[in-house]
Amino acid sequence: MTEPVRKPPFGLMAEFHSSTELIRAIREARKAGYTKLEAYTPYPIEEVWEELGHHRSWLPLIVLIGGVVGCLAGYFLQYWTSVINYPLNVGGRPLNSWVAFIPVTFETTVLFAASAAVLGMFALNRLPMPYHPVFNVERFALASRDRYFLAIGAWDPEFDRQQTEEFLHGLQPYEVSEIAS
Amino acid sequence: MTPPEDTVGSGRMPYKPPIVAPGHSPGSVTDQISAVVLSRTPRWWYFAFGASFLLVLLLLQALTKLLFEGTGIWGLNIPVGWGFAIINFVWWIGIGHAGTLISAILLLLRQEWRTSINRFAEAMTLFAVACAGIFPLIHVGRPWLAYWLLPYPNTMDLWPQFRSPLVWDVFAVTTYATVSLLFWYVGLIPDLATLRDRAQAGYSKIAYGVLAMGWRGSATHWHNYETAYLLLAGLATPLVVSVHTVVSFDFAVGVIPGWHATIFPPYFVAGAIFAGFAMVITLIVPLRAIFGLKDFITTRHLQNMGKVLLATGLIVAYGYLMEIFLAWYSGNWFEQFMILNRITGPYRYQWWSLLLCNVLVPQLLWIRKVRTSPVPLFLVAMFVNVGMWLERFVIVVTSLHRDFLPSSWGMYSGTVWDWATFVGTIGLFLALLFLFIRFLPMISIFEMRTIVPKQGPKTEESVP
Repeated sequence: MTEPVRKPPFGLMAEFHSSTELIRAIREARKAGYTKLEAYTPYPIEEVWEELGHHRSWLPLIVLIGGVVGCLAGYFLQYWTSVINYPLNVGGRPLNSWVAFIPVTFETTVLFAASAAVLGMFALNRLPMPYHPVFNVERFALASRDRYFLAIGAWDPEFDRQQTEEFLHGLQPYEVSEIAS
Repeated sequence: MTPPEDTVGSGRMPYKPPIVAPGHSPGSVTDQISAVVLSRTPRWWYFAFGASFLLVLLLLQALTKLLFEGTGIWGLNIPVGWGFAIINFVWWIGIGHAGTLISAILLLLRQEWRTSINRFAEAMTLFAVACAGIFPLIHVGRPWLAYWLLPYPNTMDLWPQFRSPLVWDVFAVTTYATVSLLFWYVGLIPDLATLRDRAQAGYSKIAYGVLAMGWRGSATHWHNYETAYLLLAGLATPLVVSVHTVVSFDFAVGVIPGWHATIFPPYFVAGAIFAGFAMVITLIVPLRAIFGLKDFITTRHLQNMGKVLLATGLIVAYGYLMEIFLAWYSGNWFEQFMILNRITGPYRYQWWSLLLCNVLVPQLLWIRKVRTSPVPLFLVAMFVNVGMWLERFVIVVTSLHRDFLPSSWGMYSGTVWDWATFVGTIGLFLALLFLFIRFLPMISIFEMRTIVPKQGPKTEESVP
C-alpha cells in the first residue's frame, strides 16, 4: 500500500480541476521518478488507478475463498446434524438427502462471500481509520465534491521538500499544499 | 422501434428524456442532494413522521396484545391455519425485491438510469424486509422461542429440519436481510464521507465521520470499492431470485390444491418484482415533487419503471392463466374444484378484484402518456400494490378453506388485530423511510457525479 503513517511532513498535495489534468500530472510525476503517489477523486476513475501503476486487487480471491468456505460450512452443518448427530429415518429415505440441502448451502455460500467482499474491502482499504494526515489539508474536503488531488509521500526516495514543490507547481495545479502529519 | 444504445440519455429522441437534467456538474449534484439532508428539517416532516409513528404505536399495541393472549386474537383457525401473517410476509418481502433488482441486476446490465433511484430502492428493500421479518416471528405462536429456528447446540440435542422449506426460508430471509444491509451500507460510505466533509454542526459531522470510517476516496480506495460493489451485485442477483423461490417453496412443496405447482418459483419472483416496482413508483413520485429532485429523477425514470411494471405484470398475468390451464390439464378433481371455487366461490370478489388490479389496470401502461405522467403512473402503482396483496390473500386462503374433505371446509377473515398488525407494519415502513430521507442522502451522490458532464467550469470557486 502506498499510504503509510506519520512522518513530518507527510507529503505534498496538488489540487486539480479535472480528471484529465490529474491523469496528466500522474504521468509527469511517474516520469520524474516518483513512486509513492496517491490520487484522490470524487468518484471512481479506473484510468487513475492504472496510471498509478497498480494492476490487481486481492479482493476477488478473498471473495472466492469466502464463498467456498460458506458452501462447505453450510453443507457440512446439514450433513453433520442430519446424518451424524441426529439421524432421523423418515420412510427409509436417505439421511444425506443432498437435494434438499442445496437451498441452505446456496444461502450460506452467498452470505459468506458477501461478508468476505465487504470485510475484505475494509481490510484492503485499511478502514476504519479515524485519523489520516491528508485531512489536515483544508481544501481536501473538496475531494468529495468536484476536485482532484495528487499526493506525493515524503518517504518517496525522490522526495525533496523544495524540489518536489517546484515540480508540482510546474504541473499547473490550482494549489499546492503541504500535508502536515 | 428502439433507438441505438448510444443515443440513450442524449435527449435527441423526444421519448428518451435525459437521466439528469442538463446543466449539472459534479459540484451541483453534490450540493443539491446533500442539501436535502443538511438543511433544516421541514415542518411537514414532523407531521409525516409523527403520523407514521402513531401507526408504529398501533403495531406495538397489537404485538403486545398478541404476546399476552396468543394467536387466538387473529382470525386463524383450522382449516385456514395460514392467514394474514403469511400474506403480509410474502407481500412485504416481494416489495423488497425491486430494490435489489434495481441496485444489483440493473447495475450488471449497465442500465445507467438506475443510478438516481438505486439508493432509495435499496433502503426500501431493507425496511420492507424488516417488516416482513416480523410476521414469521409472531406467527410461530411463541415468538420468544423463535430462535429455535436457528441451528445451535442445545441441551435438547435438537436441530432444525433442514429438509423443510420453512427452514430454508429462515436462511434465505436472514441472508437476504444481511446482504441487503451490507450492500446498502457499502453504497453509502462515499456519500457519508461527502456529508462529513460538508456538515457544519458538531454532532452531525461526528456522526457522519464515524459512519464514513475515514473514507478518503483515494485511487486504492475506489479500486477495491468498485471491485467489492460489483462482486456484491453479482452475489445479490442470484440471491434475490433464490429468496422468492424459497418463499414459493413454502407453498409449492405442500400438497394443497393450488399450491403444489411447478410454476410457483418463477411466478412468485415476477410477482415480487412487479410489486416492488409498484412500491418504488408509489414512493418516488411524491418524494421527487416534495424535494424538488425532478432534475435527477426524470421522466425517463418514470417511463422505464412503467415499462418494467408492464413487463412483469404480463408475466404475472401469464402465471394466473397457467394456474387455470394446469388445473384443468392435470385432470385432478381437487385442482379443478380449487380454480372453480376461486372464480365463483365465496372469495370470488377478491379474485376478480385481483384480476382488475394486476392484469387489467396495468394495461394502461401501453400508453406512453400514462408512463410519462406522474399522477396516472402513481394511480396504476397503487392498484398494483393492492392487487398484489389480494393475490397472496387468494393463494393462501382459497386453497386452504376448501381443500379436500367438504366436512372440514371453513371460512376465514382477518380480525381487527390482524388489520392492526398489518397497518402497523405500513407505519413502521413509512417511519423508517422518513428517518432515512431525513438523515441520509436518498440519491447516491458519488454515482451521480459519474454520470454528469465531468469538467466543471474553471472559474467557479467553491468553499469547503
